[in-house]
Amino acid sequence: MTPDQWLALFAGIVGGVLRVGTPFLFVSLGECLTEKSGRINLGLEGVLVLSAMTAFGAAYLSGSPWVGVLAGAVAGGLLAALHGVLCSLARVNDVATGIALMLLGTGLAFYWGKPLIQPQAPQIPAIDLGWWSDSPALRSALSVNMLLPLGLLLAVALYWAFKYTRYGLLVRMAGDSAHAARALGYSVVGIRVVATTLGGMVAGLGGASLTLFYPGSWNEGISSGQGLIAVALVIFARWSPLRCIGAAALFGGAGALGPALQSAGIGWGYHLFNTLPYALTLLILVITCKPGTVAQGSPGELSSTR
Amino acid sequence: MNRDTLNDIALPIAAIAAALGVFGVFVSFAGVNPVDVWLLLFKGAFGDWFSWQNTLQRAAPLMLTALCVAVPARAGLVVIGGEGALVLGGLACAAAAHSLPLPGGVVGSAVVCAAGALAGALWVGLAGWLRQYRGINETISSLLLAYIAIGIFKHLVEGPLRDPASLNKPSTHSLPESLAIGGIAGSDVHWGLVLGVAACVGLGLWMRWSASGFAVRVVGGNPRAAQLVGLPASRLIVTACALGGACAGLAGAVEVAAVHTNANVSLIAFYGYTGILVSFIARHHPLAIIPVAILFGGFGAAGSMLQRRLGLPDASVLVLQGIAFVLILASEALRDVDWKVVLRLPKRPPETGPSGVVVGGSVP
Repeated sequence: MTPDQWLALFAGIVGGVLRVGTPFLFVSLGECLTEKSGRINLGLEGVLVLSAMTAFGAAYLSGSPWVGVLAGAVAGGLLAALHGVLCSLARVNDVATGIALMLLGTGLAFYWGKPLIQPQAPQIPAIDLGWWSDSPALRSALSVNMLLPLGLLLAVALYWAFKYTRYGLLVRMAGDSAHAARALGYSVVGIRVVATTLGGMVAGLGGASLTLFYPGSWNEGISSGQGLIAVALVIFARWSPLRCIGAAALFGGAGALGPALQSAGIGWGYHLFNTLPYALTLLILVITCKPGTVAQGSPGELSSTR
Repeated sequence: MNRDTLNDIALPIAAIAAALGVFGVFVSFAGVNPVDVWLLLFKGAFGDWFSWQNTLQRAAPLMLTALCVAVPARAGLVVIGGEGALVLGGLACAAAAHSLPLPGGVVGSAVVCAAGALAGALWVGLAGWLRQYRGINETISSLLLAYIAIGIFKHLVEGPLRDPASLNKPSTHSLPESLAIGGIAGSDVHWGLVLGVAACVGLGLWMRWSASGFAVRVVGGNPRAAQLVGLPASRLIVTACALGGACAGLAGAVEVAAVHTNANVSLIAFYGYTGILVSFIARHHPLAIIPVAILFGGFGAAGSMLQRRLGLPDASVLVLQGIAFVLILASEALRDVDWKVVLRLPKRPPETGPSGVVVGGSVP
């Protein structure tokens, strides 16, 4: 490989960490908040696709990307609220409900998003971090989504809230021991519905960043399962919002390896490199899980980590 | 009929009826008369022989992918990676037909189908193994495996296994004419439907009447009891996963051998995910899967009619399926309601009786 190819590869991976990692960061933070309250939301995939469509539509109609971001968060919150309410009913399984909402969310998004495939919506402005470089590849890789700083801030805020605030402690208590929360007179169902809804709103920001920054258009293949990977990401981050940042960066980079190699002139194994995040998650699970024990740091009430 | 059986049948039917109702309201926002939609759904699915053929053709893979959820579910696992087993099954079928010197006719077809089933069994069996021996949640691992399977599928179809003659749409070499699965009695309904029904009946009988099938149900129903009587839980769970995976792999093989004639991206058609829905509605009961799969095959068949006649987006069926799935899961909450009490005491506060109102009202 020539130095130019190496640079293209490097720029592609850095760009991937920043661009592909941003939606990963938001969905993993959303899932982290949901799971901390003791519930798993596999429906974040539906939340992500629906909010991506809503954000794009709202930005297109209003002419402002920030209206789109807000609309995406609201749409994500609404669908997640449905998940929260449904799971509160007796005998309703949260894993199955998540799959149902994945179908419903993608269905609604494709249904309403049909007329949005052609037009172009105003995009979220970029922060140019690559002004010092002469290489156009590196410069385009370093033009950063304005939502990314918000996501980093959110991760720190969540970490702080879980550790030091009353509400954070309540969420953790509902997730670790429903009995304890009930004994202290708090509504476990209420806490979980609120946490799931807020988690959906955070994930909705990830959807907005998909259609309003990168790739920056709406189509039916917009999400390649980021919402589902979120569940694995949170396990990888061991339910810590701060570690979600690293996990999202790693997964963004892994996901960008295929396209980056392609832009560097290596077309072989494009689809195989695209499966890298999934294989990586599985590998991490194989290494970290032990039969008969609970994953370290997991909320005690969670149904997925027996 | 006892109350449980009545609930098993009445609740899903009521939920599907409610879903059709909600879907009617939903399409009326697009300015379409709901009655037209309902009629067209029925006509497109079961209206004439042509629709029936279309419906049954789609029902066959749904039965098999639903079994991929139902059999592990009976062993207490939620496996949702049927799509991966399906695509690998299709790929294995096409690869076997291309690389092995096979006799034509029934024997050859059986071998390529077996290749597909084997690939599926290994894939989902792996998810069961990972759970029992590595402690990894099977829902998440099967989902990850499904994405990995689709990646492998695309890589092989566009790379090593590609037929150089397929220019626009990368595909594997086509199956020889002699290995293709034909229609039953000259119709478009292929023998895959018979395989699907046979698998449902066979696995239903196995679970109900055989000692090993009973053991699987014990492991799923009460793991503690299974442990106390010394059942080989791990082996049974991996077996159940492999059996389910074999069904999904067979679905892929049948799709290749009877519909597509080669393996290409058209194989990735959401059958694995719809199968999850079918299995949940059938309450993971193999025999109940047959009618439910036919119903959802019908919805799929009617979907293109909705698009052509009423100008609705092709995702309408996905919306209908989503609404149906949500309401069916929510209807489980009504299982504990004692209807006699509810109907005799209409003066009670509203939250006891029509919790169905809450359910219906919560759909956007």
